[in-house]
Amino acid sequence: MRVLTGNDLKTGDVIWWTGEGWSRHVDDAVDAGDSAEQILATEEAALRVNVPYVIEATREDDGSVRPAHIKDRIRALGPTVRQDLTLKPKDPEAIDWVI
Amino acid sequence: MYKYDSYDQEMVDARVEEFRDQARRRLEGSLSEDEFKPLRLMNGLYLQLHAYMLRVAIPYGTLNSEQMTALGDIADKYDRGYGHFTTRQNLQYNWIKLEDTADILADLAKVEMHAIQTSGNCIRNISSDHFAGAAHDELVDPRPYAELMRQWSSFHPEFTYLPRKFKICVIASEKDRAAMRLHDIGVQIVKNEAGELGARFYAGGGMGRTPMIAPMIRDFVPLDQLITYAEACLRVYNRYGRRDNKYKARIKILVHELGRDEYVRQVEEEFAHMLEQGVEPPREELERIKPFFADPAFEDGPKTLDRSDPDFALWVDRNTNRHKHDSYVSAVISLKPVGGIPGDATGDQMRLMARLAKQYSFDELRIMHTQNVVLPHVKISDLHALWTELEAAGLGSPNMDSIEDMIACPGLDYCALANARSIPLAQRISERFNASGKTEKLGELKLKISGCINACGHHHAGHIGILGVDKKGLENYQLSLGGSEAEDTSLAKITGPGFTEDGVIEAVDKVTDVYLAEREGEERFLDTYRRIGMAPFKEALYG
Repeated sequence: MRVLTGNDLKTGDVIWWTGEGWSRHVDDAVDAGDSAEQILATEEAALRVNVPYVIEATREDDGSVRPAHIKDRIRALGPTVRQDLTLKPKDPEAIDWVI
Repeated sequence: MYKYDSYDQEMVDARVEEFRDQARRRLEGSLSEDEFKPLRLMNGLYLQLHAYMLRVAIPYGTLNSEQMTALGDIADKYDRGYGHFTTRQNLQYNWIKLEDTADILADLAKVEMHAIQTSGNCIRNISSDHFAGAAHDELVDPRPYAELMRQWSSFHPEFTYLPRKFKICVIASEKDRAAMRLHDIGVQIVKNEAGELGARFYAGGGMGRTPMIAPMIRDFVPLDQLITYAEACLRVYNRYGRRDNKYKARIKILVHELGRDEYVRQVEEEFAHMLEQGVEPPREELERIKPFFADPAFEDGPKTLDRSDPDFALWVDRNTNRHKHDSYVSAVISLKPVGGIPGDATGDQMRLMARLAKQYSFDELRIMHTQNVVLPHVKISDLHALWTELEAAGLGSPNMDSIEDMIACPGLDYCALANARSIPLAQRISERFNASGKTEKLGELKLKISGCINACGHHHAGHIGILGVDKKGLENYQLSLGGSEAEDTSLAKITGPGFTEDGVIEAVDKVTDVYLAEREGEERFLDTYRRIGMAPFKEALYG
């Protein structure tokens, strides 16, 4: 699937396109398909996302979204060396998901 | 240390308000990201993997308690309670909001700090010896000269858009504690045969994808021509440095392609021309700066200490440096606890270090390029009390220059440029070597880890260097041996094919085994490597 990501302009938070807006949780991401580039242009112009780009990802059997590249998996979760600062601070398996 | 005059303060305050307006326009949409990016970078604000990152300049690594306290307060108020001390003697905050940045810069300006020229193709923060003004072996304190160069290079209109970033280092001892020859320009304050002070210049060093050791380009520049000569070096680079390819744009490429002698010829020609123009700042300016770096009021006191506590004795042996006054030492506060993140400090730790500096070190701290903190002037009689407080705060690791004192860049955990993570390797290696007791056996061993070819982790200059690369979407690590960033500067050589994360940790263990088996006398790892060469290490790794 083709997933849109970027950063929130004000906060810098990593965000993902949900089809209707932007979420901090990668599992909310949807396949933007062939519309990806047009959505990015519209959303960036409206200041709803900063430095957006398209990545490849897969939807897993449990419905979660897994970016293809480790860099985007780290962006999705947070730094692997500070689990307390990730989006899943209490999930002991969260770091394994990145790797 | 240097105190801003009204001109300095007005300049920094004006820059804060200028950035406040730029950020407002970006948030309103009247500036696009393409327009705003160079403006934010000029103020040290990057967009990194997870958020905006703000890099704060710490000129030549020197700061006082008030400034360190402010850094800790900013970490708590605007970030997530910590900051990261870098290999450029700066501090980075990892979780900054654009909407807060002008307020952060205003808080910094209140304590005479800023983030100007911590990014962009300009002259960056001047670096120096972290023991400057304290070391027993320095000729003079190099910081007045570094400060003069800081003032010259700040907002220099001719050097705001260089072909690429430009890093200058100033030292004043034969012992190089600042990786001087791996800078774009290295300046060593020396004495000539007549006993006059002057500057020895090196140019064209650097790490990154094309590491080079700077050749000496002039043995002696009179100090009243210091800025003129530096300006001549920059002018030739600014004129002929490549702008068509950012990977070939650093001065090291120009010096290499022209050849050292031709570069020197052009600089000398420019220098002669500039001497006629009289661009050197008045000597009074240097004389105005010098008193800011005058020695504090050292007092005679005990020169020996009670070493009956073996943990304390080990810390003293490892983490203190001989001072020019024999009743004092410089104490290194390790930011490398076992299993910790190299260079990270919490807001509480920063405030504690600030208080300890006020109490024990004449209000002064230094940031080391090895990502530790120095209290430069500690009475020998105060050392035990200082160590006791550091121990209680988790800052008393006795590991300076050991394998546990590794440099590690933020790597793929934070950095948008990185290809692989650096910090987990540092954590696992320190845990492993500490648990096995091998650290002590190895003695001085400088391990340096970079998460990409840009080499912020100085892997080219490690006795053992590790470089993270992307191998078909997986993290992979190249091992290299034999580098040094000291006065015996050398570049490490790659051992061979790379390793997985687990594999490279095993590999580090193996090469240290070779060293322990082959070591003669008091040889360090680096000495043994230089004597026996790469072959025995390769055999152990790949044989």
